[in-house]
Amino acid sequence: MSASYPDLNVKLGPLEFKNPVIMASGTFGYGQEFDALMDLNLLGGIIVKGLSLRPKQGNPPPRIVETPCGMLNAIGLANVGLEVFMKDKIPWLQTLDTRVIVNIYGHSIDEYGELANALKGVEGVSALEVNISCPNVACGGMAFGTDPSVSARVTEEVLKNTDKPVIVKLTPNVTDIGLIARAVEEAGAHALSLINTLTGMAIDIESRRPRLANTFGGLSGPAIRPVALRMVYQVVQSVDIPVIGIGGIMDHQDALEFLIAGAKAIQVGTANFVNPCVGPNIVEGIRDFCRERGIAHIDDLIGSFEPA
Amino acid sequence: MIEQKTEIIFNREIARDTFLMGLRSPEIVARAKPGQFVMLRVRPGIDPLLRRPFSICAVQDDELLLILYRVVGKGTAIMAEASGGDSFSVLGPLGNGFALPDRHQQSILVAGGIGVAPLLFLAQYTRTGPIQLMMGFGSAAEIIALELILDRTMDFVIATDDGSAGHAGPVTDLLEARLNQDEFERDAASIFTCGPGPMMKKVAAMALERGIPCQASLEAVMACGIGACQGCSVKTSSKEGQTYFHVCTDGPVFPVMAIDWNH
Repeated sequence: MSASYPDLNVKLGPLEFKNPVIMASGTFGYGQEFDALMDLNLLGGIIVKGLSLRPKQGNPPPRIVETPCGMLNAIGLANVGLEVFMKDKIPWLQTLDTRVIVNIYGHSIDEYGELANALKGVEGVSALEVNISCPNVACGGMAFGTDPSVSARVTEEVLKNTDKPVIVKLTPNVTDIGLIARAVEEAGAHALSLINTLTGMAIDIESRRPRLANTFGGLSGPAIRPVALRMVYQVVQSVDIPVIGIGGIMDHQDALEFLIAGAKAIQVGTANFVNPCVGPNIVEGIRDFCRERGIAHIDDLIGSFEPA
Repeated sequence: MIEQKTEIIFNREIARDTFLMGLRSPEIVARAKPGQFVMLRVRPGIDPLLRRPFSICAVQDDELLLILYRVVGKGTAIMAEASGGDSFSVLGPLGNGFALPDRHQQSILVAGGIGVAPLLFLAQYTRTGPIQLMMGFGSAAEIIALELILDRTMDFVIATDDGSAGHAGPVTDLLEARLNQDEFERDAASIFTCGPGPMMKKVAAMALERGIPCQASLEAVMACGIGACQGCSVKTSSKEGQTYFHVCTDGPVFPVMAIDWNH
């Protein structure tokens, strides 16, 4: 049997991946951090840490607290900024044989446009993921992603300034995620990724103070997976553009749930912290699952959900 | 840095709530340097979810990695239940170690409680130059017997908070007394410290005041240990440049002058 059986190649509009397993922004650094531990080219793609125009130092510590089957983080989008990214990170990323996607974040709609423009034509960057969903920054981020018309305007601004496919990353911290999804689709986005973290908090009962310096943080990990799966399923029903499923995926079984629900690809986030080699394991697990069941192409599995 | 399943060779309580664990990993042992740490996954599955960081306490016979830990929460309670033959996934060695003292220098190691772990590896590794170890504990029951860990003898003094052994008071009293001795040569000494924040802050202040080089091994909550999550930030003393270091990849060992001890 040929090496391409089963075929895991997925197409998300103009964007093609060798397999549907993508490393989520903010959990995989700039890729290089994991290079010693695995062959990065086995992955479908890598989404680098959220990039802003200027470097960001992030929030004061503590930034992380573990919660049951999950973790809260309030990193505050700490990143090297556009200039250092272009100089120090891009040349190495260009040597990879996997899709590199840059997650971008702005304080204003204009800044999203500026960032998109700066990445225009940059070789080795396959797509942009627009972060309108970070819960840990005072302005921008989730403030954009909770309003359908602002979400649409950010999407339009990025599309106007780029030659690359645009993925918009949605927040779950809304009443109706389908509404935001449709607004972003109408604005022209090529794909959606969801969900970002759910806002939460934790209290130290001795000091009675918040366990995160930022008080609130974003909950991730297996604790959020059922919520994420439900939202992915709902959004798949309400839009025509491809959806990338994210939320507490720890292994290939978790990934398969999202694919069956209709996600064209999945992102692995918090699991990278727990098991830094998890990405290639998930690819292998999906491959074995398909092979054992005679599924020739991953597309035969995607969206094969049988409703109750 | 490697990630591998390692077998627990032994795991025993050597002082109150304090355990010494030996893990077989010739690969990590071969790469390990004093001050570096490992991330342990104490159980497969999702609760607890994250790995736990531990300083490397010593190595034995080119194959055993020794981890000294105190039972303080869910993760360490699980570790305390583990027995020989069980295995843990270990990621390491991680971070930058201590800049080693040169052969003519006197090294003063100042430890608070379980913070002695990375300093013992430093002592094991440093075969030249005199070393003096100062250890502070809550009480006599918490004192860690060095002969259980080290294959060398060394000078040490002890302080306990309740006065049940050694000097009654903080370990920083011992350091202060030593630094104030007439025959103490500050130009030929360096200090290495690890322990609770307030203790290290005091050690740092004493060293900075006297111009003695001092390195501190810091602890922080971290998710990944390899620079990806950016969770383990610590405030730098820099007024203009970088606001935060990451304990995992910038440290965990820092020159004390690089850290803002007021945060």
